[in-house]
Amino acid sequence: MSAVAGNIPSSAAAARLQNWRRGLYRFRQSWLSVVGLAIVVLLLVAAIAGPWLVPYPEHVAGGINTGARFKPPSAQHWFGTNELGQDVLSLVVAGSRVSLLAGLAVVTLAAIVGTVVGAVAGYVGRWVDEALMRFTDLMLTLPSLILAMAVAAALGPGIANMVFAIVLSWWPGFARLVRGEVMARKEEVYVQAARALGASAPRILFRHILPNIVSPIIVKASLDMGFAILTVASLGFVGIGVKPPTPEWGVLLSLARGYLPDYWWTAIFPGCAIFLAVFAFNLLGDGLRDVLDPRARR
Amino acid sequence: MALLEIDDLHLFMRSFEGEAHVLNGVDLAIDRGEIWGVVGETGCGKSLTGLSVSRLVATPPARYARGAVRFDGTDLLRLDEAAMRRLRGRRIGMIFQDPTTNLNPVFRIGEQMVDVALHADGADASVLGLPSGASRRARKAAARDLAIRMLDRVGIPDAAGRIDDYPHQFSGGMRQRVLIAMALIGRPDLLVADEPTTALDVSVQAQILRLIHDLVRQDGLGVMLITHNLGVVAQICSHVAVMYAGSIVERGPVRAVLKNPTHPYTRALIAAIPSAATARGTLKGLAGSVPNLIHAPQGCRFANRCDRALPACREGRPATVEPSPGHRVACNNPAGEAA
Amino acid sequence: MLVVEGVTKIYPGRRGRPDVAALKGVSLTVGRRESVGLVGESGSGKTTLTRCILGLERPTAGRILVDGKDIATLPAAEMQRLRSRVQIVFQDPYASLNPRMTAHDIVAEPMIIHRDTLGLDARRRTDRVAELLDLVGLGAQHLHRYPHEFSGGQRQRIGIARALAVNPELIVLDEPTSALDVSVQAQVLNLLHDLQQRFSLGYLFISHDLGVIRYVCDRVSLIYRGEIVEEGPAEALFAGPRSEYGRMLLGAMPDPDPDRSPFR
Repeated sequence: MSAVAGNIPSSAAAARLQNWRRGLYRFRQSWLSVVGLAIVVLLLVAAIAGPWLVPYPEHVAGGINTGARFKPPSAQHWFGTNELGQDVLSLVVAGSRVSLLAGLAVVTLAAIVGTVVGAVAGYVGRWVDEALMRFTDLMLTLPSLILAMAVAAALGPGIANMVFAIVLSWWPGFARLVRGEVMARKEEVYVQAARALGASAPRILFRHILPNIVSPIIVKASLDMGFAILTVASLGFVGIGVKPPTPEWGVLLSLARGYLPDYWWTAIFPGCAIFLAVFAFNLLGDGLRDVLDPRARR
Repeated sequence: MALLEIDDLHLFMRSFEGEAHVLNGVDLAIDRGEIWGVVGETGCGKSLTGLSVSRLVATPPARYARGAVRFDGTDLLRLDEAAMRRLRGRRIGMIFQDPTTNLNPVFRIGEQMVDVALHADGADASVLGLPSGASRRARKAAARDLAIRMLDRVGIPDAAGRIDDYPHQFSGGMRQRVLIAMALIGRPDLLVADEPTTALDVSVQAQILRLIHDLVRQDGLGVMLITHNLGVVAQICSHVAVMYAGSIVERGPVRAVLKNPTHPYTRALIAAIPSAATARGTLKGLAGSVPNLIHAPQGCRFANRCDRALPACREGRPATVEPSPGHRVACNNPAGEAA
Repeated sequence: MLVVEGVTKIYPGRRGRPDVAALKGVSLTVGRRESVGLVGESGSGKTTLTRCILGLERPTAGRILVDGKDIATLPAAEMQRLRSRVQIVFQDPYASLNPRMTAHDIVAEPMIIHRDTLGLDARRRTDRVAELLDLVGLGAQHLHRYPHEFSGGQRQRIGIARALAVNPELIVLDEPTSALDVSVQAQVLNLLHDLQQRFSLGYLFISHDLGVIRYVCDRVSLIYRGEIVEEGPAEALFAGPRSEYGRMLLGAMPDPDPDRSPFR
């Protein structure tokens, strides 16, 4: 139905530009994904430039001000202060760096491991597929929180160990997605065309199959970002992930737990930050799906 | 007044590139007992015309700028959704191209047909012919009987035995028959069939065409048969409308149009079909491409590919000529006997 | 050039079901500059036969000879060389081109895969791609476009250019025009005819459209449930089919002349 002859771009560069603009147009069709993107950009700015933007950088570094404990939100302290007299706004903004970085590390590593396992299983098939997927199922059954505790117990606490533990339980999702996509692409006529030409297996996998499944991987990664941030915060909250005084949202929430409901601002603002991040990445993921995989719309 | 009257229908379709003028004043009247073939190439608007009759074009991104689709005198474009739904199951039947995707694979054929029958009966109690106080069980039983009768009628052997089969247990041709039975269950006055045989083998195609042909003769329904295959049109249609870039360029009784094609586009379409007499390498294609409908040209939309185009063709809408009664051609410089 | 001799393909039945014979002793030949039509309906075994000829599947019995060599007995390196002799153009020009590759990369790929045989470096490959696109009626401005930016007819031209890239002798045309509009089909059929004359190609033309087969083919084989039921010169088939199946097919062929309709 959309076989309307459009403007034919005059060069390769113009063609690429037009593809980008067409993608942007689809993205803008849903204002919610634009909101998601805006919040994500805001979070990224906070994560990168946070330490220079915040009103009280010394608090981020661990400095305390015992004279100003539990000040409610005011013009000096928009989000109030905590039990150490630290500016909550400064801590929340600075916390975005740890949360986002940890979330990004989790998702990136899980996507890489999952893609490798899923691609091999889906492409080779037979017993290799069977073996890899049963192993994947096994990993999938391990709850990430318990796994993380076990890793913390075995290797000691710390951000790197926490990321490692979460990735251990996270990659199977990607492996399943990629395996299914690879098996579907394998049946595409253009893959059969390449096979009929005598193309080698690596060539078929890297040239014909993987480029065509990048989109669903990106979409899943974006949707997963929110949950990864949530998991990082949960581990911080229960005290086996990021440790105080590093400002991290889960840690902030955990420290504030004892002061509810009288000093609600110490908990509510880190909580809002977590909510906002999860919400924004989900909206962005949905928007990206519309752009990258228009067939899946509605 | 004809059963279906499409009157000066203008449809715009919004996309990233802009708003395309995809139906440009479509005019068409279909009466009971007539099979109208609507032919044209990809993107000419034939499917959108069919979807407009059942009002299944999503608005937005589409927008009806002008015109009416009158069914038995009522303008469908102004009807509310509930009234339209009542019409769809009951008085307007639809069949689409792919018989595999239009049946739900997880329900038995019978269940799907009973649903359709009950829906049609909800719109018009004469479909099942039960008194208004009939119990739900009685209505279901009657719907099932009707479904078996319909399957039998469209030529499914042992209809009563196969009604509880799942769609995957039927072949492609049989599935298309089931869909036709489903479309006919409400005893519609109008059938819109969009490429009903394109996905089928030629032998099965012949059977389905015979079925449609016989149903029209027996029930006197009107049919809009959308196809790209002039052979199919020549076989069963009583009339034909040739579409190009959103307009009907030539229409009329099928013999008049196919034996004496008068619009240069119709002639090009027919010339592109290899016949027994065509020597290898001499088949005539059609050079050029359909104009961009976002900035559609002012005059005749075929002018840029037409070897008979006059300066006037690029200015205003082409004039209509009528080489024989009912055979109308939108062309300033028609070919054939009308010239 | 291509000789298919008594090819049988049996798929073992799954879960206790009986074995399925997709091909039962199929034989056909295609010579230089010759177009042989293969006509059959869905499930007739056309696709299995194509896959066997392309070496994607191994027949259960029978031989397939290309240039007199049995493709089943060839060592891998030899087989790779033979693959460049037989190419294919697929039915669906939308599905048969990788959406993430440009026209240039699609047409250049066979030359990369068969670089040992052809010995073309990257620069000469690009020159050859431009030459091939020109041959099928596309211009240099199309080199770096992606498939979705082309119309169906243009995509099929890219598919034809890809098939020609390695100088094949035989091209399997698997319903090359059935997804195209008639006006475009006419252009593509004429292009195929020109190319055949220029490069002395042999065509195995698979189609269910008897009108197209009549226009294109010298000889025709009708395949029905895995068996060739009729074989012979195209004129003979259209003048008077000898098999039951041939009569049925010709009778069901929709003729664009209303006076020849069986319904009037």
